[in-house]
Amino acid sequence: MSADRPEARDPLAAPAALSAPVTLPEALAGAEPVESVCTPIRMAYTYTPGRALSRYLRAMADKRILGERCGATGQVFVPPRGVSPLAGAATSEVVELADTGYVESFNITRVPIERRPDLKPPYCSAWIVLDGASVGFLGLVINLAPEEVRIGMRVRAVWKPDEELETSAANILGWEPTGEPDEVITDYERIGRIEASDP
Amino acid sequence: MGAERTAVIGVGQTKYAAARRDVSIAGLLREAAYRALEMAERTWSDVDAVIIGKAPDFFEGVMMPEVYLAEALGAVGKPIMRVHTAGSVGGSTACVAASMVQSRVHRCVLTIGWEKQSESNAMWALSLPQPFATSVNAGAGGYFSPIIRRYMMMTGAPELIGCMVAHKDRRQALLNPYAHLHQHDLTFEQVVDSPMLWDPIRYSETCPSSDGACAMVLVDEASGDAHDGPVAWVHGTAMRSESNNYGGRNMVSPAASEQCADDVFAQAGIVDRRAEIDAVEMYVPFSWYEPMWLESLGFASVGEGWRMVESGATALDGGDLPVNCSGGVLSSNPIGASGMIRFAEAALQVMGAAGDRQVDGARRAMGHAYGGGAQYFAMWIVGSGKP
Amino acid sequence: MIDVAVVAFTQRQEAAISGESEVEFMVPLMEQAKASVGLTQSDMGFTCSGSSDFLAGQAFSFVMTIDGTGPVPPISESHVEQDGAWALYEAWVKIQCGGIDTAFVYGYGKSSPGSLRDVLATQMDPYYVCPLWPDSYAVEALAARLMLEGGHVSERRLAEIAARSRASAASNPHAVRSEPKSVDEILAEEHVLDPLRPSDLPAEADGGCAVVLAAGDRARELCERPAWIRGMDHRGDAHTLGVRDLTSSMSARLAAQHAGVADDKVDLAELYGPFTTSEHLLIEALGLDEDGTAINPSGGALAAHTMMASGLIRIGEAASRIWRGDGDRAVAHATSGPCLQQNLVCVLEGD
Repeated sequence: MSADRPEARDPLAAPAALSAPVTLPEALAGAEPVESVCTPIRMAYTYTPGRALSRYLRAMADKRILGERCGATGQVFVPPRGVSPLAGAATSEVVELADTGYVESFNITRVPIERRPDLKPPYCSAWIVLDGASVGFLGLVINLAPEEVRIGMRVRAVWKPDEELETSAANILGWEPTGEPDEVITDYERIGRIEASDP
Repeated sequence: MGAERTAVIGVGQTKYAAARRDVSIAGLLREAAYRALEMAERTWSDVDAVIIGKAPDFFEGVMMPEVYLAEALGAVGKPIMRVHTAGSVGGSTACVAASMVQSRVHRCVLTIGWEKQSESNAMWALSLPQPFATSVNAGAGGYFSPIIRRYMMMTGAPELIGCMVAHKDRRQALLNPYAHLHQHDLTFEQVVDSPMLWDPIRYSETCPSSDGACAMVLVDEASGDAHDGPVAWVHGTAMRSESNNYGGRNMVSPAASEQCADDVFAQAGIVDRRAEIDAVEMYVPFSWYEPMWLESLGFASVGEGWRMVESGATALDGGDLPVNCSGGVLSSNPIGASGMIRFAEAALQVMGAAGDRQVDGARRAMGHAYGGGAQYFAMWIVGSGKP
Repeated sequence: MIDVAVVAFTQRQEAAISGESEVEFMVPLMEQAKASVGLTQSDMGFTCSGSSDFLAGQAFSFVMTIDGTGPVPPISESHVEQDGAWALYEAWVKIQCGGIDTAFVYGYGKSSPGSLRDVLATQMDPYYVCPLWPDSYAVEALAARLMLEGGHVSERRLAEIAARSRASAASNPHAVRSEPKSVDEILAEEHVLDPLRPSDLPAEADGGCAVVLAAGDRARELCERPAWIRGMDHRGDAHTLGVRDLTSSMSARLAAQHAGVADDKVDLAELYGPFTTSEHLLIEALGLDEDGTAINPSGGALAAHTMMASGLIRIGEAASRIWRGDGDRAVAHATSGPCLQQNLVCVLEGD
């Protein structure tokens, strides 16, 4: 076995089959090569959120947060997708959740995002586990310097003014500290709760 | 009758770069494919089937690109398949290609993973506006940094472990002519001082966005035996997937990662993982994932992964378990190829064909890839000898 | 080769499933397929699915749907960005590697949120063809004109195929277009994409399907009369339309040869021909005898075209007819790409 053979030649040299020069017709001899063309693609889609998300979004307009429960395990998912991954089955019950919870983990983002010009870095995005839910979801921690956010910190939803409410998750502007004692977290590997707590 | 023993006899890679404007999508794939075929001493007509993989079609704006690529990949009149399993796809594609030979359905398979992100806008592709979702995260860093924060809390790892990984991988990339980033003068201090993007992830601890393709030629046992060039034998392949959304999920070391590793090491008959594996090509898009995966894959006990990094155990220069001698995802990231590059670099190591990034005497190596919300995993173990 | 059979199949197809997300409508199909043979996800040696991000209008769309399988604890799993028939092929190969004797396969797609004709245009060569935004149905009409003007097929023959699909679909609750029409009525339809008439085009549908595969004795335990996969192969043609002969299908012929279609008589065939022209080409390429073989007893993809699932549905439809004893030997076919570019052929037999 000649172990070094593949590296014997210049690894960046064009493969033999691709190294033959291309002969252009004379008419194209002086033409400037085209390296790229811009071909915009526009396609319109009418998305449907599905049954579970539709319920969730409608409730948002009333400043209510709906989760859905897995019939087999009791876990509560939010935002609901209509399915329990634990059971491979549809969720069995709609559950109204509190608009309070705790920060499960977070990051401090120091780069702007294209679609949220309103968000000025640095800002803190966090997984919020609502009281009554088994899993966390993403939200912004606001009304607090990002450096002061802690894992376990208790937070509550800050809603848009009533007159601006829509059927949208954007109704929650962010999550602010409640000032309550921190949730005690002992297992840093696992997220959320195996058992849903009482809201 | 068990599965057919399967051998890698050819590996081909393109130069990875932010934008490969000198080639079309097809040209990019052909560059990698020809290099793999040349190493394998094969031609297009020897190939029974083509298995390709890449991340979302929106990255290039071409739907089901195996359709358009048929002629360019010599696949007219042949089977061609397209795998897509999120970020792990390059690894999954190699596993599927191996299964085509292991099953005795085909004797010679060409497999290619690629991404040509410069032809579209990846940020656009990943965040198509949906009216019912709010966007508070910029990219994958925003998703993974809270998990990294959890790992740091859990293990008490010193803050600069991630910077050590990043500095090591960028230095090792200098030994790999195909790597995208060649930062010759990058110092550890510069890594530490690079801007914080998604605290605790710094700019220099993140992967670049690359164009590139990676190809391999896989053959059956008789063909592997008859091949007079270097050969890597497949000792095990495994894929595992899980939900990323249930209470009590281990996010730091997902069950799918641990079970995938258990499966692939069992197939390879490996008991002492750290002692019996000579090189690892691990999917580390953010530096902290090196210590996290070292623990999850069973190379280190919980909380010891960062100590391995700190001790230099994972460096090509002097470590007992060199990780990402190629420079890893942190130095080249054509997403759909990134997993296959890990698998191919592992093969090059046991072939003794890894050039300046060779681990001396490497006999068994691991290729690893993950994707989605750390929920899709693909792994293989290759050896210089037959399984 | 290890004997592998299709032992369970569920499907849903509707003109538009607007109220439910993909995972919401797939969950019952997945559960019912597994339950029909008394299995759960943890019994599955391998799982594989087929779907398309371009159809969903979202990157990584399949990540949303995997939760429907119940992937806790983790599952051995893969996904193809192709019709579910190719997912079934991958699962069949995986079983051939040994060590497992069951697999779960599904495919799904919703065309209704976007314009399928536009979406499919993005399959064309991105440098030379896609920028022209060819209507993907118009591309099929180009092939139809070549076939008609070259004398390869007549308009009456196409109308007969359309009429047969409608008649067969009448007994298929999953068909979207099943109102009977006579050949003359069809010939009296105005052309929509000259030379194609409305009845020559597929009835677009949203939906999906789920299949359970089992090997050897396990299949016999789970199913009274398993539909054994006796041969399966897939092949592709060139993409460039000017390079291919659009009046025949080389790749379908090759796949049929390798799958062994001609080894014995074929009682029924489920062909994924989205257009009447494609069904005609497939009958020729597969060498089927319409007097002895029931063609598309479900109505086929003309009666309900569910992108990313229609191929796997053909396999399920053919298998369920074997279970019921409607035939002993069936051929199922799947296609992908413009003008039948890629073709998969699967031969199924009862004991």
